[in-house]
Amino acid sequence: MEKVIRGKAFVVGDNIDTDQIIPAEYLSYNPADADERKYFGKYAMSGVPLAQSGLPKGNIPFVASGFASEFKVIIGGRNFGCGSSREHAPLAIAEAGCHIVVAEGFARIFYRNSINGGYLVPVETPVRLVDKFTTGSEVEVDLSASVLRDVASGKEYKLSSLGDVAAIIEAGGVFEYARNSGMLK
Amino acid sequence: MGMTITEKILAAKAGKSQVAPGQNIWCNVDILMTHDICGPGTIGVFEERFGRDAKVFDPARVVIIPDHYIFTADDKSHRNVDILRDFARRQGIKHFYDPDFIKSGVGGMPPIYADYNQTSYRGVCHCALPQNGHVRPGELLLGTDSHTCTHGAFGEFATGIGNTDAGFVMGTGKLWLKTPSSIKFVFHGPMPAYLMAKDLILHVIGEISTEGATYMAMEFAGDSIRSLNVDERMTICNMAIEAGGKNGIIEPDDVTLGYVRARTSEPFEVFASDPDARYARVIEFDTSKLEPTVAKPHSPDLRAKARDLADVKIQRSYIGSCTGGKTTDFIAAATVLAGRKVAVETFIVPATTEVDADLDNQKVGGKSLRQIFLEAGCKVGPASCAACLGGPVDTFGRANEPINVVATTNRNFPGRMGHKEAGVFLASPLTAAASAITGRITDPRDYISADKAVGLA
Repeated sequence: MEKVIRGKAFVVGDNIDTDQIIPAEYLSYNPADADERKYFGKYAMSGVPLAQSGLPKGNIPFVASGFASEFKVIIGGRNFGCGSSREHAPLAIAEAGCHIVVAEGFARIFYRNSINGGYLVPVETPVRLVDKFTTGSEVEVDLSASVLRDVASGKEYKLSSLGDVAAIIEAGGVFEYARNSGMLK
Repeated sequence: MGMTITEKILAAKAGKSQVAPGQNIWCNVDILMTHDICGPGTIGVFEERFGRDAKVFDPARVVIIPDHYIFTADDKSHRNVDILRDFARRQGIKHFYDPDFIKSGVGGMPPIYADYNQTSYRGVCHCALPQNGHVRPGELLLGTDSHTCTHGAFGEFATGIGNTDAGFVMGTGKLWLKTPSSIKFVFHGPMPAYLMAKDLILHVIGEISTEGATYMAMEFAGDSIRSLNVDERMTICNMAIEAGGKNGIIEPDDVTLGYVRARTSEPFEVFASDPDARYARVIEFDTSKLEPTVAKPHSPDLRAKARDLADVKIQRSYIGSCTGGKTTDFIAAATVLAGRKVAVETFIVPATTEVDADLDNQKVGGKSLRQIFLEAGCKVGPASCAACLGGPVDTFGRANEPINVVATTNRNFPGRMGHKEAGVFLASPLTAAASAITGRITDPRDYISADKAVGLA
């Protein structure tokens, strides 16, 4: 996992649930199949109602065309990833090429899946950033320093530290972590 | 130091005498459940990490229940069932509930099972697990579905996990878990006839919000809860996830033990919270003061009283799912619909084939539930998750238009039942049935004559 990620931000609101991240109609694609897996990238965040997709203006698709997103960082509000246990959700965001979600809070299964599957880093922010950023603005997230920087203004926002899951993120997922800690041969 | 029932089960599964909230522990897993949506991905993780020839940790403890995308012409969905079949055969999985009416390579909409007593298919995993004896007090059950928290109703620790975690458990029988702190919800007093478990849990979620119990155990107690049958207790624990809960749990009692012992002969251990157990919060309710409750679109915590929504027109009523498609839910709906006609399209979807059988076996006022529903003008479908989560566009009851639906299901975020602009109002089966008659959100008190709650033990 890179320590510093820089790119365009995609801003959404509160309670972005797993149906909005990857609508249920696409769940019959098999993530274990390389050809089918890329469709999760294509449809990532496609369930977000258009008016709320890419705040503050809305009507901005996360994936405009093809299978990859132009956005490298998602900035969300409270309870990001609530709903279903479908691992297709963090997988879809990662498959679209986005590996950081900064939100005020995460639902626990999405949080676990993001980390244990090694898809993306979910970082909590103590202040609400949804109102401070515009979709498309350039941001830089420094995971070592737990800081998100607004590239244009240079303004920095302190993020919460990753705490005891940092070791799993560092390892690359639950399998690598278990292997490192001797749980798995 | 006293422990909660959740802490005691996790301590036992971690081989420790004591665990505290926040503590990360490696636990032994008793049952791993997966289904057709997450099974293929889980199998993919398992085979990638442990090898195609690796064996699951215990073929009797990995339970596979296809239930989500069954009655659809979607060919990938049928292919996914084939992936499960192949895996179950190679691994010697003892409990694989095969939708045997889906023929490999045939394509198109499969026929509905001809006889609910004959098929190896069961239907919705969360209802099929206890019905088929896979749920026991004191155990640790993990499933690739967020509503796995349902099984806390039987005094076990049960929670939903993703494919990677499930692949890990498949190979090792273990998983790390963070010990949750607990909130205790105590309901006092008898259940009024117009209330169901669904009203209680919608009230709780409205009270604490969809993130009010994030990472926490939700323990339900009090004489109102004790008075409920197993179906109703499942409804309460089922929706713990909608408040962000890691698990819902109810201490086992004679009602629990009677149900479990009738369905499994395996031994189990019963745990209860210590009198001096520590809770992050204790929230108490006077059940007699609660009213029929609805969650408005598009969040399960947008709580309202049914009677305050009498102006809201609906175009559909949907009674089904792991939350609201159990036998008790249909008995409740039938008490309202008996001798009446529905004003809007009304879908009846039994959770499992056992519930489907109960539509014929259970009677209200001398008529079978099925007869009551058909005479009222309802559409009755086969056992499955069906439109609770939308699914493929040809799914029975799916909201393909921006309509208002009153549903006994669990979740109403945008697009949950299909169309992004469809408005889903979550409600009890009594409220969903009363609303079906009027075409508006309707307080069921005008339509029930019984003086006793339907879901009592």
